[in-house]
Amino acid sequence: MTVERVISETKDQFPIGMRVLAVDDDPTCLLLLETLLRRCQYNVTTTSQAITALKLLRENKNKFDLVISDVHMPDMDGFKLLELVGLEMDLPVIMLSANGDTKLVMKGITHGACDYLLKPLRIEELQNIWQHVVRRKKFDRKDRYNSGSQDKPHTEAAGIGNVDQNRKFNKKRKDQNEDEDEDHDENGHDNEDPLTQKKPRVVWSVELHRKFVLAVNQLGIDKAVPKKILELMNVEKLTRENVASHLQKFRLYLKRLSCVATQQANMAAALGSVDSTYSRMGSLNGLENFHTLAGSDQLHNAAFRSFPPSGVLGILNTPAGLGMHGLPSPGMIQLSHVQNSGSTCNDQSKLQSFVISGNHNANILQGMQMSLELDQLQNNKGVSHIGEQPTANNTTVFPVSVSLIDARITGCSNNPLIGIKSKSLMLEGSSQQATLHASASNLRDSVSAMGYQNGNNLSDFTSVAPAPNQLWDSKADLQGQACPISCNAGQIIRSAPQELNDPRKDAPYQLNVLCSINSSIPVNGAMVQLGQCLDRNNPILCRNMDLDSIGPPNFVDPLSIKHGEGDNSALESSAIEKDGYLIVQPRPQGSYIPDNIGSLEDLANAMMRREQDKGKPANGDFGCNAYSLRTCI
Amino acid sequence: MEKNPMRRQLAIMRQALFDQGYLDEQFIQLEELQDDANPNFVEEVVTSYYRDSARLILKIEQALERKPFDFNKLDGYMHQFKGSSSSIGAKKVKAESTLFREHCNSGNGEGCVRAFQQLKQEYATLKKKLEAYFQLARQAGPMETACRPK
Repeated sequence: MTVERVISETKDQFPIGMRVLAVDDDPTCLLLLETLLRRCQYNVTTTSQAITALKLLRENKNKFDLVISDVHMPDMDGFKLLELVGLEMDLPVIMLSANGDTKLVMKGITHGACDYLLKPLRIEELQNIWQHVVRRKKFDRKDRYNSGSQDKPHTEAAGIGNVDQNRKFNKKRKDQNEDEDEDHDENGHDNEDPLTQKKPRVVWSVELHRKFVLAVNQLGIDKAVPKKILELMNVEKLTRENVASHLQKFRLYLKRLSCVATQQANMAAALGSVDSTYSRMGSLNGLENFHTLAGSDQLHNAAFRSFPPSGVLGILNTPAGLGMHGLPSPGMIQLSHVQNSGSTCNDQSKLQSFVISGNHNANILQGMQMSLELDQLQNNKGVSHIGEQPTANNTTVFPVSVSLIDARITGCSNNPLIGIKSKSLMLEGSSQQATLHASASNLRDSVSAMGYQNGNNLSDFTSVAPAPNQLWDSKADLQGQACPISCNAGQIIRSAPQELNDPRKDAPYQLNVLCSINSSIPVNGAMVQLGQCLDRNNPILCRNMDLDSIGPPNFVDPLSIKHGEGDNSALESSAIEKDGYLIVQPRPQGSYIPDNIGSLEDLANAMMRREQDKGKPANGDFGCNAYSLRTCI
Repeated sequence: MEKNPMRRQLAIMRQALFDQGYLDEQFIQLEELQDDANPNFVEEVVTSYYRDSARLILKIEQALERKPFDFNKLDGYMHQFKGSSSSIGAKKVKAESTLFREHCNSGNGEGCVRAFQQLKQEYATLKKKLEAYFQLARQAGPMETACRPK
């Protein structure tokens, strides 16, 4: 029987040897739990601290099959841990508590627990917990992978599930077409060849994006896989592929944001006020980032306020790698636009200010994103920039800002990413908050706006996909395309998409990663990176990454923060509303966008271009340009 | 049946603990987990329990000295205390902690204090009994595997 199995022996004997991580602050209970589990012949690791548990899990996602955790813990709420584990690692989590209140049990289930056990524990109850592992793996596998490709004949391979998934994603990345086919099979999606086929584009509206970001957040950046996101989102007529591509973009966006955030951080330093915020943000990991970022919106505001819109533009101009002429402008435009838009303006201005200080292309992007985010934070007060960011909820809303912030924090000095190719990334990365779908779109639009500079629909990109989470999409969609980013960034990005799947080390989102790219990644690269960075942080980012199906126009969205609404004076150049996204096309001559923006544009362009023409190396052949822009928001 | 008189005595003592409601089924779970690989498991768990819960008891006491009562905090402590008490099968102690929590929920400060006094008493009584029990167990030598009371 093991002949066809590739699993290790332990797995063969499943449930024997199932690897469980037990978390409980009460030593007596923990000791009891451990002994009980060992009696069931599971492989037990214990810790009394939730933080330690997370660390262990993040170190190696495939190290455990199941997590059992107490609800009542001093260092972290059990539900929170539950959420994080579910999102980041996609592992089944069982809650334990002495309290069997229906409300609590309900809470556990809604937070994603597979089961809720009451103390005192009995061995009988523990003897069956392996079913959760099997169930999850099995369904995931079934859902995700179309028959067979990596399906293991045995469902018991508890540990395999994750591996499968990862593998699948990796595989997807490598072979997009093939994957697509698989996807098609799975989803019945007729989206066979993104490039050649024009499918009806899915408009990633603010609402949709928000759901996306929420889903991604819930699943965890590292663990957000399209299938699950799709399930969580529960939107009719949305296919896994749509989600996949959006996720990809989002990830890129996040990456971008992180890079931008770094740069922003630099700027922030310059600004002074936001420093703390940013650094704070930078340190945030995973989901927390979002919240923090969201929370820091005040900072943003503050920071932004101080900055005149022009500042942003200035940043865009930083030649860092932007190379794209047009980009900066678009980005800037958006930023400035944001300001105009209204209450959000503050945010935007902030963003801009950040951007400006950053002096990097990336900054610009970030700025854009930030502004986008800010806007969102501001509750979309007339923020045109993000388009319909529905929420002002900080936490979720701001994918863009978040990403930006992250970007700042990360101190990516190479803004180039941002401006550049990262255009797409930017958009995407920015939104940490999953909900910021809208913002992501806004960002995207803005990004795209930036991208437009180049004449491509990059503007979409630029919109900084707010949904950092979204960027996660490790789907090949973006991967192939995003990766092309020629410069280092490209590599990073490229790898990013792939890594999207991988639990990126929990570095606070790839932002940091991206930022480190520093190398002035060529536009494309930058974008990607950002996206990646953003991923973590900004779920919202660029949803536009729907490379396959989205044509350049899609990108525009993120940034298209309703430029139309506010005075798009800045944006007017290219604010194009597409799909609800405002594509801000940086006017080449746009006052705003200095060359710096070019990077953004490039990114956006790259993204878009990629979409349109894979082969065409838009700025750094970041095909994703379009993606990033779009998806970003 | 135990041949060794000490073991017999041990068995009787043990049964009494159950009959008198000091211990419940959970204690048997602990006993069942004790084996050759883990020969002193029950005692280890109980020792661990008394050590950790002593801290909790202290915290609760201190919290009860501060007026007005912070019921949330008290409830939190007690929740934890109840969890570990139930894990070792301390039946009466667990019942008292439930009572205490009820008083907390209804904001009955006096009730809390009273319940806490009761709880401490039960807690101390059980501790003494278990200590005697384990002491005898050590003297009696390795026991037969625990079997569930029919």
